[in-house]
Amino acid sequence: MKRGEIMGFQSAVTWRPLSEQAVMMTLGNRMDPSVQQYVQRVKQAVERNPFPGFVEAVPSYTGLAFFYDPMNVREKMDVEGSMQDQVRIWVDQLLTSIEDDDDQQHNGRIVEIPVCYGGEFGPDLSYVADYHSCSEDQVIAHHQQGEYLIYMIGFAPGFPFVGGMAEEIATPRRDTPRERVPAGSVGIAGAQTGIYPFATPGGWQLIGQTPLVLFDETKTEPSLLRSGDRIQFVPIDEQQFKKLKEVRS
Amino acid sequence: MNIEVVKPGMLTTVQDAGRYGYLDQGVVQSGAMDRLALRTANLLVGNDEQAAALELTVTGPVLRFHQPALIAVTGGGMTPHVDGQAFSLGVPIYLPEESILTFRAERTGIRAYVAIAGGFNVPEVLNSQSTYLRAGFGGYEGRALKEGDLLDSNPLSQEAKQYMESVEGEAPFAPKWGANLLWLDDEETDVLRVFPGAHYTGFTPESQYRFTEQPFILSSQSDRMGFLLEGDEPLQMGKTESILSEAVAFGTVQVPPDGNPRILMADRQTTGGYPKIAQVAVVDHYKLAQLRPQEHVYFQMISFQEAETLYILQEKAMKQRASAILLYWKETIRGDSLASR
Repeated sequence: MKRGEIMGFQSAVTWRPLSEQAVMMTLGNRMDPSVQQYVQRVKQAVERNPFPGFVEAVPSYTGLAFFYDPMNVREKMDVEGSMQDQVRIWVDQLLTSIEDDDDQQHNGRIVEIPVCYGGEFGPDLSYVADYHSCSEDQVIAHHQQGEYLIYMIGFAPGFPFVGGMAEEIATPRRDTPRERVPAGSVGIAGAQTGIYPFATPGGWQLIGQTPLVLFDETKTEPSLLRSGDRIQFVPIDEQQFKKLKEVRS
Repeated sequence: MNIEVVKPGMLTTVQDAGRYGYLDQGVVQSGAMDRLALRTANLLVGNDEQAAALELTVTGPVLRFHQPALIAVTGGGMTPHVDGQAFSLGVPIYLPEESILTFRAERTGIRAYVAIAGGFNVPEVLNSQSTYLRAGFGGYEGRALKEGDLLDSNPLSQEAKQYMESVEGEAPFAPKWGANLLWLDDEETDVLRVFPGAHYTGFTPESQYRFTEQPFILSSQSDRMGFLLEGDEPLQMGKTESILSEAVAFGTVQVPPDGNPRILMADRQTTGGYPKIAQVAVVDHYKLAQLRPQEHVYFQMISFQEAETLYILQEKAMKQRASAILLYWKETIRGDSLASR
């Protein structure tokens, strides 16, 4: 990111209270990969150098929420007035110290997600193909060529909100949700694509399945995917799927 | 294994002060719905305020204690009985071995907390002992307690041990002291103070007016994730804004298209995409957590600055409560007259 861009974001920042224990930093109201990149920069900067009382930071499409322990802020920062004002001032000051740099460390990781498309793994692939009057292979090609950015993790543990799917394969949700969608299912809902970390009820059009485990609470980093990461879907066949599944279990 | 679940009660889970540090990975915070009650129960038995306790909902369990124990019950909705003898909420209770703890339903409140000296011995998952029901981890095997479960408590602190030894062989009893009232305990329980949420000004003037003037009834479709409220008429936005999902908090009041407010509670999802009309002030979270289905509530608008000031006052009051309890504890161990039976 360049200096000018960073200063532009910095001056666009607005603040509002989320609760007495959390404050929301917002940058406009549109989905934009460069906004997301800036949000990640700020998040990492605060995590590396947390203010007294900092608990955690939660990114979303256009902003970052800072959760903190107000009494800890009060004690450590030795303030009499608003604790939230102190947090805001502290982060605002940090924003001025964010430098431009061209190195890739802030651009997130690229995570490869092997997907077995169609058949029993993607029971709605033929529906999606019919919906767009194209072949199943064309749907797979579009899905697999997309440049996907994870804006945030939410809804369920490890569930990525992903932007960047080709409009050519955007498909409405199923009329009747399934009672059980298997863990690892890759689906389409409107213009979004996503992966179910757990077996749950769900209405997304299922086009494939990954053998990867998206969430494991026994690990220190339980979620495979993080906001700011990019996803690369890699087609695999049934044999590879079974092999990868075995390796894990 | 010193505690046996004879009957589980309606929904009894292990909860501490919540799971922190994993919201950005989609892991919900969980933890006790009534945090003040959790903290108080722990203080009464000499634990860290944030330690794990049992959260009881609507109907309490029947528990058999195979070994002597020191417990405290706080919150609302029920009162403890030991071998049939009634005890108050908010006092430490000594249980001799093979005591049976039962609960009698009361008309106010809905959630009670049982803390045990030493704390409950369940594994920590992602830095917390709280039960995360939907994902099935944390607490006791990731689920609510059921009949036949066996729970263990951790070893006692030196003070608690001394205290237990001094009363060994006694019948169940509570000393004549307990948690002092907080300055806020006499507030009206049907008024929740709120400050404006991100989309408050986007609601029609009429809906803004109705939000604080009409009573809302708590629907029975309310759980640890969120409370559904029903008013006479739905709340409406002036024009439909498309809102991108973002972080939410305990007490965030969202209004989905049906116009009925939902208040997000302990097991809320980490992000939400509905318009946020208001935020319930932390100072009133304990009232919210004790609200029963079919009870009504009014919202009273205050400023964020007032909410922050009230928060500080509440925390100061809790600090005083903690110091008072600590003093009683010390005197009890020394056998001073103030705390004697």
